[in-house]
Amino acid sequence: MSNRRKLYRCTVRALMYSAAALTVGFMVFMIVYIFIKGIPHISWELLTTKPSYIKGTVGILPDILNTLYVIVATLAIVLPLGVGAAIYLTEYAKNKKLVSVIEYASETLSGIPSIIYGLVGMLVFCESMNFGTTLLAGSLTLVIMNLPTIMRTTQESLKTVPQSYREGAFGLGAGKWRTIRTVVLPSSIDGILSGCILSVGRIIGESAALLYTAGFAHALNGFFEGLESSGATLTVALYFYAKEEGKFDVAFAIAVILLVFTLIVNALTALVTKAFKGGKGEN
Amino acid sequence: MNDQVRPEGREKPLTGPKADAASASRAKRGRKLTEKIVEIIFLVLGMVSVASVIVITAYLIISGLPAIKQIGLINFLFGKEWDSTAADPKFGILPFILTSVYGTAGAVVIGVPIGFLVAVFLSKVASKKVRSIIEPAVGLLAGIPSVVYGLVGMMVLVPGVRKIFNIPDGSGFFSAMVVLSIMILPSIIKVSVTALDAVPKEYEDGSLALGATPEETYFRVSVPAAKSGIAAAVVLGVGRAIGEAMAVMMVAGNVANMPSLFQSVRFLTTAVSSELSYSSGLQRQALFSIALVLFFFIMMINAFLNLVLKHKGE
Repeated sequence: MSNRRKLYRCTVRALMYSAAALTVGFMVFMIVYIFIKGIPHISWELLTTKPSYIKGTVGILPDILNTLYVIVATLAIVLPLGVGAAIYLTEYAKNKKLVSVIEYASETLSGIPSIIYGLVGMLVFCESMNFGTTLLAGSLTLVIMNLPTIMRTTQESLKTVPQSYREGAFGLGAGKWRTIRTVVLPSSIDGILSGCILSVGRIIGESAALLYTAGFAHALNGFFEGLESSGATLTVALYFYAKEEGKFDVAFAIAVILLVFTLIVNALTALVTKAFKGGKGEN
Repeated sequence: MNDQVRPEGREKPLTGPKADAASASRAKRGRKLTEKIVEIIFLVLGMVSVASVIVITAYLIISGLPAIKQIGLINFLFGKEWDSTAADPKFGILPFILTSVYGTAGAVVIGVPIGFLVAVFLSKVASKKVRSIIEPAVGLLAGIPSVVYGLVGMMVLVPGVRKIFNIPDGSGFFSAMVVLSIMILPSIIKVSVTALDAVPKEYEDGSLALGATPEETYFRVSVPAAKSGIAAAVVLGVGRAIGEAMAVMMVAGNVANMPSLFQSVRFLTTAVSSELSYSSGLQRQALFSIALVLFFFIMMINAFLNLVLKHKGE
């Protein structure tokens, strides 16, 4: 082998290894740094109280609850929408043009940056529809954002349901709707589930779309009360504490919680993929 | 007798085999109706995404155009000064456009080579075990919220840049570019790996059999074979970088300067979000116009992405 080729080989190898090492090193650094800076500031009081100006303490319980409310509200609305759309595309639609229009629309939605969702969400939900700056308006904005995710994962999963399942149900005299309800949907639960997990991940991490739709308040509310009032989710609270108030201790504590959530979401995704892989034997 | 005389009357219940047939046909009709209704419901659900795109586009255009009309398209797009709160306000967004374009280009220049090399490594070189460690790591990087990137950028990168380059403030264009390049890494790696994995093994075997080293094979056979997928990864990265707001907001300094390496700058995204909360009148409308420009950029990138992917299909 000529020297030039040997040199090429070594350089390329070195470059690849260092790029991989850089990426992994970076991830390790992020995790270790955030945990070291954040864990000392996580206390029972921080997690279970609301901020008090009188005592000068900071608590993030309202932000944690707001995040959960937004997740529940968003999923409750986006699931029927996304799954329904996916069912229409794979089970009903006969018009190829319409299918491609819907798919193009959903691709477009997934490419729109969250700040634009935030802006339009503010115009549509907060102002035109008069919801005001509330968690509900924020959730509705996130519904549109997560619609493509749910649609895509459900659709992929519906496509893998063997045609013979449907034929069997039809053969037994079931109608189309009954077939979908009792045979097709239960066999594509894996796609719906992984869509949910992905969406939860996105909702937890979202901030720009919520800033002007859901607001910054830190009040402690119940679910329905909470949806009707303004509230910061964990990410918005992190931004607020770090950028506006300079309370980096709290910001890092929230970052730890967000990181743990991210780890859980990723682990769950891997688990779901693994658990359902090859589960649909026959085909 | 009576039963035969009454024509299809429903007042009195029918009896006998005929009645069974009648009720069955009614049930059939009912079922057909249900099926029809269900199909229409699903059609409506399917159209939600289309409606959303239309509503978003319409709202952006309707709320974005008035300010452009008032300021003048040329003045708006190519004006070099943005001073929205002055007595004589100036609404030129060239600084934001250039910052977004340069910032994205810079992020691509840093991020793409690294992501590309990692992708080749993962897809071709790494053992199964190494791959099973690095891939989740990349997934984790993709899942970390952007405000967390912003926070780490604020606390590590910004002071670091200040010390290394000996400048008064580390937050600015350079820091934002570095943060963006890290944030686009995961999507570049993931999409490229998928493309590289799909290269038929025969191509590589052929090249190896002809005496090429594995490295030559990967970069001169596999990569060209996967080039449209890798191109899609780059375009996707561009889309993510140009649309990122929060992380950039935390490290870019947010002053409406023309971009230069260590200058405090505003991107298109941060220009919208930094003034929205206290804006009113023409200033507020101008922010919507900025969003419209950003939306236009994103649509162009999406169209380009579709073109790349379509090309791949042929």
